[in-house]
Amino acid sequence: MRSMPLKVNVILAALLVVLATYPLYGELLFPQQHDYYLQKLTFIVILAILAMSLDLLVGMSGLVSLAHAAFFGLAGYTLALTAPQYEPISLWIALPAALAAAAAAALVIGALTLRTRGVYYILATLAFTQMIYFVFHDSDFAGGSDGMFLFFKPTVSIGERVLFDLEDRTTFYLFCLGALAATYLLLRMLLRSPFGHVLVGIKENEIRIRSLGYNPPVFKLIAFVIAGVFAGLAGFLAVAQYGFANPSLLGWHQSAEALLMVLLGGMGTLFGPVLGAFAFELLHQLFAGWTEHWQLLMGAFVIAAVLLLPKGLGGLLLKLTRTRPPAGGG
Amino acid sequence: MDPAFLLIQVLNGVQYGLLLFLIASGLTLIFGIMGVINLAHGALYMVGAYLAFWFTSRTGSFWLAILLALPLTVLLGLVIERWFMRALYKRNHLDQVLLTFGLILVLNECQSILFGNDVHGVPVPAPFSGSIPLTDVLSYPVYRLFVSFVCALIAVGMYFLIQHTRLGMVIRGGASNREMMAGMGINVHTVFGLVFAAGTALAAFAGMISAPLSSVYPGIGDSVLIISFVVVVIGGIGSIKGAFLGALMVGLTATFGTVFLPELSGAVVYALMAAVLLWRPRGLFA
Repeated sequence: MRSMPLKVNVILAALLVVLATYPLYGELLFPQQHDYYLQKLTFIVILAILAMSLDLLVGMSGLVSLAHAAFFGLAGYTLALTAPQYEPISLWIALPAALAAAAAAALVIGALTLRTRGVYYILATLAFTQMIYFVFHDSDFAGGSDGMFLFFKPTVSIGERVLFDLEDRTTFYLFCLGALAATYLLLRMLLRSPFGHVLVGIKENEIRIRSLGYNPPVFKLIAFVIAGVFAGLAGFLAVAQYGFANPSLLGWHQSAEALLMVLLGGMGTLFGPVLGAFAFELLHQLFAGWTEHWQLLMGAFVIAAVLLLPKGLGGLLLKLTRTRPPAGGG
Repeated sequence: MDPAFLLIQVLNGVQYGLLLFLIASGLTLIFGIMGVINLAHGALYMVGAYLAFWFTSRTGSFWLAILLALPLTVLLGLVIERWFMRALYKRNHLDQVLLTFGLILVLNECQSILFGNDVHGVPVPAPFSGSIPLTDVLSYPVYRLFVSFVCALIAVGMYFLIQHTRLGMVIRGGASNREMMAGMGINVHTVFGLVFAAGTALAAFAGMISAPLSSVYPGIGDSVLIISFVVVVIGGIGSIKGAFLGALMVGLTATFGTVFLPELSGAVVYALMAAVLLWRPRGLFA
């Protein structure tokens, strides 16, 4: 998907405006629950960054990775580990450290797992994720299975001047939304570059790309590291939001949920996973409101979605906004 | 190091490995023959463990419980194959991962609704409840030896079935070339159903006989799922021999890891897998 249909761009821009102005009308619409909804929206936006970065692998490069939670969680833990206990840490230190940790892990795991293909690749990424999970779960340096707290959100300031006060919930929400928009634009730019063309080419026909003189493993590894860095950004924001990092951030269920958001939203579209993240979390809220056994409904929904909606919500949106009927009846 | 202590660790490692083989062999066959990654395989182990617990507490006999539970798990396998797996044969791995992930959520939540979230125990059945004394302080439980023995027996039976019977020939053929088998007049769907039901029953049986060894608790399936995948990756997908050797390697590594590197005990088997993948990206026997 190199160029977006205009209608889709318009819809996406409208969605962004609706989301960005939510702090203005949220108070009026939901006087009681505004704060709660704002927190939920913030978290969905963070998950959307995670899902979108995974789409670079699943949708664009054909790499079904279950290692994404590892980078999400590692970056989050890096924030919690580097922050001093009694004062806030500067974003200019914590964010690069967290992203570097995610990038380093992605480089190592990517280099090891990209030697494998197909189902071995899925299983190998799954196993490495669990390895990191167990390191954090079994040893004491990061609080073991209990996890660890982050007592202050990072500060964003130049000299004495505060740019964003992240302790303020509205500011934090807008900051995350900005991160999501930036992620989208950067990834879209990446895909439009020659690098992106080779990447999509590898998914379509790897042998042909190889015969054109490119080295697919190197391209895949670079894509893996880039996706890992953006997953790290999401993990950094997630731990900053809740002030807490625990091993479940790194668990493979987190990876599987991110995959689900990608599939639900429609893979290979970048914006689809954002819709997927919203759909997944809204359903989660809805089911959890009905019954404590919401996972039963979620599981049934997942099964139904795989069987009935193979192209996801993004695919549906593209189909509905398509002006010309497809040539040759399909 | 005390030789009796060492012997106990070796026996424990072999017993754990043999148990893992029961789970991993089903997983590797289902992938090798049907081409489906079944993430819900661990949940089937969980079903077995809970059925053993429930029937034992109702009937008072662990053996009767196994006898009653086994046909149910075969039936469950047939139902899952017919309703869900059949839709996945022509889908990509991503869809398979997600659908079977959905199955895990459903099965785990059914467990939580039916049996609650408490930890349950199953008493060690009567003739095997004793221990063999090794030194003044150390002894080895008979039931663990019994579990190893049963698993080894199943492994030998499986080897015979696959290498020396007509059905085994069909299964091996299906693993190497599905279309050709169908072309030669084998009803592939029947074979798939059989293999899936057998894999389900094996995983559930592993859950049943290990119920008296470890307690029965929510999430019990998740822990064995990932470790069985490690076994399959090490051994090579589709290879029963690989699953057997991989399971023993993982069982011994995990047991000795817990003794010598308790801080990193969870991670050592994954390090083993990483080493194997570096050396042979397609596992030892694929």
